[in-house]
Amino acid sequence: MAASPSHSGAARGSSAPAHAGIALDLGAIERGHAHDHAPVEPIPWKTGDVGVVAPLDVDTSFVPTIPATYGLKVPPAPGPVAGPPPAKKTGCGSLCGCGSVAGSAKAPAPAKKTGCGSSCGCGSAAASAKAPAPAKDAAAMRRAASSRIAELASILGIGTPRERAGASPDAGAPAKGEPPKGASGGKKPPKKLPGSGIPARRSIRILVWVRRAAQLGFFSLFMFFLFQTGFRGNFAASADTPVRLPYPVEAFLLADPFVTAMTFGATHQVYRGLLWSVGLLAVTLVFGRVFCGWICPFGTLHHFFGWLLPSRKGRGASRVEANKTHGYQRAKYYLMYAFLLASLAGSAIGGLFDPICVAVRAIGLGVIPGVQYMAGRALGAAQDIPARPVQHAADGAQDVLATTVWQSHQFYFHQTWLIVALLVAILFLNRFIPRFWCRVLCPLGAFLGVFARFALFGMEKDHAKCTDCNLCLVNCQGADSPQGGVKWRQDECHMCLNCESACPEDVIKFRLLPNRKSRIGVPDLQRRTLLATAAAGAAFIPAARIADSLDVNYHAKVIRPPGAVEERAFLERCIRCAECMKVCPNNALHPAMFESGVEGLWTPILIARIGYCEHSCVLCGQVCPTGAIQKITEKEKLGQGIPPVKIGTAFYDLGRCLPWSMGTPCIVCEEFCPTSPKAIWVEEVEAPMRDSKPGPDGTEPAMLTVKLQRPHVDPSLCIGCGACEKVCPVQDQPAVYITSVGESRSKTNVILLENTNYNQG
Amino acid sequence: MSDKDGKDRPGEGQPSDAAAAPTPLVVPASPMFERPSRRDMLKRVGLAAGVLTGSAVLGRAVWDRGGFGVAAGQGARQVRDYRLREVAPEHAELAIAKGKAGEAVSADALVRRAVDAMGGIKRFVSRGDVVVIKPNIGWDRMPIHAANTNPDVVGAVIQLAIEAGAKRVVVADGSCNDPNRCFQRSGIWRKAYALGAEVVLPAAHRFRTTRMRGEVLDEWPIFTTLVDADKVINVPVAKHHNLAKFTAAMKNWYGVLGGRRNRLHQNIDTSIADLATFMRPTLVVVDAMRVLMRNGPQGGNIDDTKVMNQVFATVDQVAADAYGATLIGQHRDNLPYLKMGHERGLGTMYWEQLRVREV
Repeated sequence: MAASPSHSGAARGSSAPAHAGIALDLGAIERGHAHDHAPVEPIPWKTGDVGVVAPLDVDTSFVPTIPATYGLKVPPAPGPVAGPPPAKKTGCGSLCGCGSVAGSAKAPAPAKKTGCGSSCGCGSAAASAKAPAPAKDAAAMRRAASSRIAELASILGIGTPRERAGASPDAGAPAKGEPPKGASGGKKPPKKLPGSGIPARRSIRILVWVRRAAQLGFFSLFMFFLFQTGFRGNFAASADTPVRLPYPVEAFLLADPFVTAMTFGATHQVYRGLLWSVGLLAVTLVFGRVFCGWICPFGTLHHFFGWLLPSRKGRGASRVEANKTHGYQRAKYYLMYAFLLASLAGSAIGGLFDPICVAVRAIGLGVIPGVQYMAGRALGAAQDIPARPVQHAADGAQDVLATTVWQSHQFYFHQTWLIVALLVAILFLNRFIPRFWCRVLCPLGAFLGVFARFALFGMEKDHAKCTDCNLCLVNCQGADSPQGGVKWRQDECHMCLNCESACPEDVIKFRLLPNRKSRIGVPDLQRRTLLATAAAGAAFIPAARIADSLDVNYHAKVIRPPGAVEERAFLERCIRCAECMKVCPNNALHPAMFESGVEGLWTPILIARIGYCEHSCVLCGQVCPTGAIQKITEKEKLGQGIPPVKIGTAFYDLGRCLPWSMGTPCIVCEEFCPTSPKAIWVEEVEAPMRDSKPGPDGTEPAMLTVKLQRPHVDPSLCIGCGACEKVCPVQDQPAVYITSVGESRSKTNVILLENTNYNQG
Repeated sequence: MSDKDGKDRPGEGQPSDAAAAPTPLVVPASPMFERPSRRDMLKRVGLAAGVLTGSAVLGRAVWDRGGFGVAAGQGARQVRDYRLREVAPEHAELAIAKGKAGEAVSADALVRRAVDAMGGIKRFVSRGDVVVIKPNIGWDRMPIHAANTNPDVVGAVIQLAIEAGAKRVVVADGSCNDPNRCFQRSGIWRKAYALGAEVVLPAAHRFRTTRMRGEVLDEWPIFTTLVDADKVINVPVAKHHNLAKFTAAMKNWYGVLGGRRNRLHQNIDTSIADLATFMRPTLVVVDAMRVLMRNGPQGGNIDDTKVMNQVFATVDQVAADAYGATLIGQHRDNLPYLKMGHERGLGTMYWEQLRVREV
């Protein structure tokens, strides 16, 4: 207990063999020892003179005299004594599976080198099995310990390769002392378990792998849905089959209770499929934030990067420190409440931070088109290689990619660099704080955290058994204080079960209806900060609307998708998830920057110069999870029997129009105008035109007469789809363009008297 | 480097010291200021010279002298000619298959009658051929709107090609609207797939810039699927076109082009003639089962269409358009691109002078 700084420094060096894989900061452990749990006997491992640590409650007859360099000096007592060691490899599982047989199993201890740690289901039974295990078993225990930690290190990816390699010489050393084992043990270093080496319950070890499988599966499903967010046609569909996506690609958003809460706050309704999010709430109420640890694709991405980035550096002590619960984790609650208040004030702006929205937006609008661009360049270059097989392979690859991952042509998104830059930034922050996004920023995680306090499933801790080895913290995802001596933070926990899986001391137990002696379920928010941030969220919306972008001076280029509700209702619902932009077959919808004010950041606008609104397409409404774009049918959009959905009106810039000002025939706009009768009609004229060449003897060029068709717009028929603007051959600044005026969703943004009807609807 | 050398081989420092001795330079005693060895100097100079030579050679190799015309490519006018060489006097040159008024007639039967009058499909398609069929799948319209080729007509042509023993039958077009939607809603995708033909959508990577050397069409991206073939069958739909007035066989080759083809409308007649010069199909089968009489080429209103129950086949694209124009009440004299095609020798606009057979 009375550890001095120099002491801990010595401990770091001397205990290295057993714990080289994780390089714990023992100073930190000492500091952490001021916790209020029951006093335990001095832990020899902490004071440096460690050989074996047996479970304290069971066996205190540890052997403190074994020096730290035991690897070389310990007489390999049990190994040679045991009769036929290698043959026991398979037999071990059956032998040590039950407590009573375990006693006899002690004799052929070296046989445990691979079998026991990983394959036997001892669980708690192992404790009793170990009780009679005296010091003579020390070598076997050490090998088991080292195998355990090496396994952990390789599975969890902690430790640099060098450090992992550094652990093996130590582990391999005893093998040298044992000639019979040397040959067989050479290729695979014996493993060691840290601490007492009590393996986690088999159910937990299985569940950890189930969790990894679930994470991979849900992430794959998310990506599959993202790849399927786009219409690729169907060879089996008949001509009159309505064009719809075959999969519920917006499913992750529908299951997102934060989206539901925001739109409920703004509209006092739960829109269609969002009712599914109640299911996720139910799961949270039973199991806690399993969504964060098991399901969330964005969380999985951060889990992966949190493993990838700091594993090179910053692990060990700094990782343990980073994975402790910190005050900054409260930020996500403040953000969440601010966004909920903002939604009450009339804007679902919190979608900017919703993890599913961020994932769809950044991956769908940035990563996928970016990869497509690079792949297109690379495969295009391969197609130019004058070798038939290479060309065929490149062709085939482009075909497969175009029909599975992206579309048959390159997609571009307006100012998407910012979205990608922010994604890269938050992914990079994993280097310093693993799962920074999930712990500090994610409002959905905070929302689920509010409900996690009621969860029926949870953790129990036996502080007395904790040796402060901090293996739980090394592997913790949520920074929820799984270690002994402090209370578990249920609202922060992602339920990844890594802590129990890693714990070598039988301290942590996850179970249904646990006792709540050692947990905190409510975040320790500071009331003033909470009030201030929530008020800021509520005040932001009117403040943003004071800026002239909504009530007055509405931007002409804020052209909303067909079926979008009126602008204020639209802002109440739009969560900026970018599903509509991803699905748009013509690449027409784009994330707005500040066209519709700061409040409208990344809401969808139609940029007709990049793509026009396909006449019979209603896919954006199909994928919109919140009803910002209503699920209209083709009939409603085209206006069969009712007025069609108008998203704007086309205007001619006569000075740039070829037939109007340049005496050149064109009317591509009229050709592409999809309405019937066409909103663009042409007037046949004979117009004077000067010859380009001078007359004979340098006289004035002759005047000619050309027959032209000059286009006009009928504003009562124009639906503002932008096909004319898209195809106008005046490349840089089109001679015909659409603006938002005349959109059928607005009663104020109109031109014609007949549409100015305040009594409508 | 130098100090290391000096430490390793102190003896070699002597000559340089000696060389420096006559001049009254202060030769520092410290080994840190020792001169590099000759070998070392030669190495360094050689390396610098090597890098310089390398960059000079590379620069010369990729030197762009600038100026106009340097980048312009060479090459003769490209023609994709899939026509048959032999002419059989017993076969029709323009075969018109008409369903009788009031008779329920299938597109399949009409196509067969027309092609049989032309000498049968075996005359045009040989066993083992790669046959590309180019319908008009330009617009997101359903068959009833008659803006795209009737899927039954396309299906009949596919069927014929398969019967003639074609190795592969490919159906492709470069659409105006979203291709996925056009191919599905035209009904052609489903039909072709059911018959076992390949359907190729105009993906960006399938286009290659090709030198056509036409009057207005010089270099354009070309839909390679449509030209990589042994035989090409043009299966357009006859319909009204607001700018070109009538469109069928010749203008159907717009589907070969990628890029910003909206600019072609400024000289639509010449570009149609250029395209028809570039693409010479094996056979033309024009669908006039239902004809869009107004608001072409996109249509969209069933009232603008008229049921005609006609299919006509020919190898002469100009004659096909000249005859087809009569269906919507147009005359060849109003269609400048016919005159251009006629003058370029692509065919005859006086279709009556051909061996016309009505079946």
